[in-house]
Amino acid sequence: MNGPLQLMISLAVLLALVKPLGWFMARVLEGQTGDAPLGLGRTFGWLERIIYALCGVRMNVERRPVEMGWEPYTVGILLFNAIGFVAVYALQRLQGALPANPAGLGPVEAGSAFNTAVSFVTNTNWQGYGGETTMSYLTQMLGLGVQNFLSAATGIAVLAALIRGLARRSSATIGNCWADLTRVTLYILLPLSAVLAIALVSQGVVQSFRGPQTVVLTVPLSYDEPVMKTDAAGNVVSDTEGKPVPLTGPDGKPVTKLVAVTTQTIPLGPAASQIAIKQLGTNGGGFFNVNSAHPLENPTALSNFLQVLAILLIPAALCWTFGEMVRDRRQGWAVLAAMLVIFVPLLAATYAFESRGTPAIAALGVDTMAGTAGPGGNMEGKEARFGIADSALWAAATTAASNGSVNAMHDSFTPLGGLIPMWLMQLGEVVFGGVGSGLYGMLMFVIVSVFVAGLMVGRTPEYLGKKIDPFEMKMAAIVVLVPCALVLVGTAVAVALPEGWGGRAGVSNPGPHAFSQILYAFSSAGNNNGSAFAGLSANTPFYNLALGLAMWFSRFWIIVPVLAVAGSMAGKKITPATSGTLPTHTPVFVGMLVAVVIIVGALTFVPALALGPVAEHLQLSAPAR
Amino acid sequence: MLSHPPIIRPALILFVILSIITGIIYPLAITGIAQVAFADKANGSIITDAGSGNGGKPSGSSLIGQEFGTSDPAAAPALAKWFWGRPSATSPVPYTALNLDKGTGSSGSNLAQTNPALLDNIKARLAALDAADASVGIVRTITAPGATDSTPAQRITAVPVDLVTSSASGLDPHISPAAAEYQVPRIAKARGLTEDALRALVHQHTQGRAFGLLGEPVVNVLALNQALGNISR
Repeated sequence: MNGPLQLMISLAVLLALVKPLGWFMARVLEGQTGDAPLGLGRTFGWLERIIYALCGVRMNVERRPVEMGWEPYTVGILLFNAIGFVAVYALQRLQGALPANPAGLGPVEAGSAFNTAVSFVTNTNWQGYGGETTMSYLTQMLGLGVQNFLSAATGIAVLAALIRGLARRSSATIGNCWADLTRVTLYILLPLSAVLAIALVSQGVVQSFRGPQTVVLTVPLSYDEPVMKTDAAGNVVSDTEGKPVPLTGPDGKPVTKLVAVTTQTIPLGPAASQIAIKQLGTNGGGFFNVNSAHPLENPTALSNFLQVLAILLIPAALCWTFGEMVRDRRQGWAVLAAMLVIFVPLLAATYAFESRGTPAIAALGVDTMAGTAGPGGNMEGKEARFGIADSALWAAATTAASNGSVNAMHDSFTPLGGLIPMWLMQLGEVVFGGVGSGLYGMLMFVIVSVFVAGLMVGRTPEYLGKKIDPFEMKMAAIVVLVPCALVLVGTAVAVALPEGWGGRAGVSNPGPHAFSQILYAFSSAGNNNGSAFAGLSANTPFYNLALGLAMWFSRFWIIVPVLAVAGSMAGKKITPATSGTLPTHTPVFVGMLVAVVIIVGALTFVPALALGPVAEHLQLSAPAR
Repeated sequence: MLSHPPIIRPALILFVILSIITGIIYPLAITGIAQVAFADKANGSIITDAGSGNGGKPSGSSLIGQEFGTSDPAAAPALAKWFWGRPSATSPVPYTALNLDKGTGSSGSNLAQTNPALLDNIKARLAALDAADASVGIVRTITAPGATDSTPAQRITAVPVDLVTSSASGLDPHISPAAAEYQVPRIAKARGLTEDALRALVHQHTQGRAFGLLGEPVVNVLALNQALGNISR
């Protein structure tokens, strides 16, 4: 009984925070320079003014930043993100020569650095590398940490521009991109992150600039290490691929030596500050390799509760912000309701599949029934302190929102338990989705729904009093279809490439699950999620390039059409509602919207899912050979 | 009519300023607060085991597990006197939190439920648990009459699932209370303690759900074993 109760409480707390935070964000996005609620304007208003002065942001006679049309707004956003990409790439390549590198890590390999730079600029935070063994503290903070903020601010800024476009009448402008980026960062992301970071440290998340700590093991260990072949000069002999050649004894068996291990090295770092924004900004890139499954990244049930809440918090609250800014709160509730109608059943299903576990394991005499003293279910790749309920909640939340952090290994989920996170990403990251990006994606689905409904009843499609013309429909169709194409084409290319190109080389599991690993990777990259079936060895030239391109196009080929819609809608007149207007706040319309999202997602991806997780599920219930 | 607004200068300067604020000032400020308010936790919750006799050196982190068990039946009897934690998929040894020479750290097994290697791992762990029990005279399985090698022996008590499946991080410091209870008879025999005394010790190192609600009840294996080492060598 405890499991479902935990899920319900998490959702209840989330919904209770939607209104206050949504109201707050609307005030920030609509406020004057130096003006923000809760005393933040008084505290940081001077900083905002200095930033505008240094940047040379033009001010109008009312001392407000001069607004922009959609084209300069778009160019500004794209350029700002391109600079971010160059900075993250350069930091990784140069980290060996830069400070704050107590572990003495060398430069990141070029392909991996490209992939990671794209990944963090696009708010995806796909990780082909292991944080503690690859990235210096400086790269984590000034490269990855900064993009956690700026990619999230980009998402909210683009959303704000779209909402203004919908709310205004006959306007040539949609806001000032520099002001939006600045205000979102200063007044929304930084204060929330600071509060969450301190709360996480209080639970045991590390926040330190010390190097790794060495501790003495209670029980010493040892392992057999293969000895490598050396030439006369004592250098290790490499084969044609550059790998060291193992030494073999006279009997033809590899020679090994016993290595004693008496200590354990505990990694540290400024993790809490980065994890806070990683969750709040739906970034998801972990400080450590296993992300929020790492006990120093997510130590307790309470830290887990706060992090899961932070994943969904801003995307859910932005629905209220939307209603507030278009001066019709019912519209915000309707979109949030549609998200919940899709999310809650899928969450319940994930929980059910993971609680049940795998028959073949139970048959070995393993207790997979949940009890008061044991978690039961499928515990492979899950942490004891989280058990089944918290792991299932996280999996659903992190893939519904385009967060991508994990507290359990999705690769080891049951086939159907793993299908749901994959499908939540494939729905286009519009069920909560990324901060800003989830709602602007959903609003594109709203445009499609209004259009479909208009065709069904034979009326001119309208949304919020504005006519939907073929131009908006084309842009919305691009937004809906780009991720689908990236996922399916990317997966198809990866599995169809000949041996040696690396598409199929990285899989770590046999059978249909191998296909699932590739499909999951492209679903994640093509929708800017960032979670993985982590057994896939994705730090290879093929995956670094292919997934990097998928992430880039999926982010910016959506942002441009969304801003184009913002510009075109802003210029339209608002026609008063008549008895013939289709209301977009009713349960009927919510149902319509849900149906459109589900039908697009199902028609596009069911065939691929049948080849992966569904086939694997059938294999699971087949009698053992 | 205004000319085009400037784009390049604001983009560059805004990027630099926001990088300094979010990438330097923010993490430094949080570090400052954390080091003052929660110094112990911010630095990895390092613990020192007074009775370990290693000269007061740190003996672990209360949040990071250490290896006490094995999946090798031959090595199991020597480890029968310790509480075993979750199996760990890190390399080169279980519970490797960081090995910069080999570039390894936290890791799950990432084995699919349909991967035969997962079942093999679980079978090996079960065999090791049985071998540890057998070394102190505890029998966990019965062989049905007429059984062949291909029909597995029947288990008398089911093994809690977290004791045979590897954790997500490979560093899980906890096991479920059921997994601790499963091991109590073995450790009591191996150390010559009463089961009730051992249960009391387990109880001391058990954390319930947060607010009685969140997460799962867990036993901290490292803390429990260090306490165990201090009362019986």
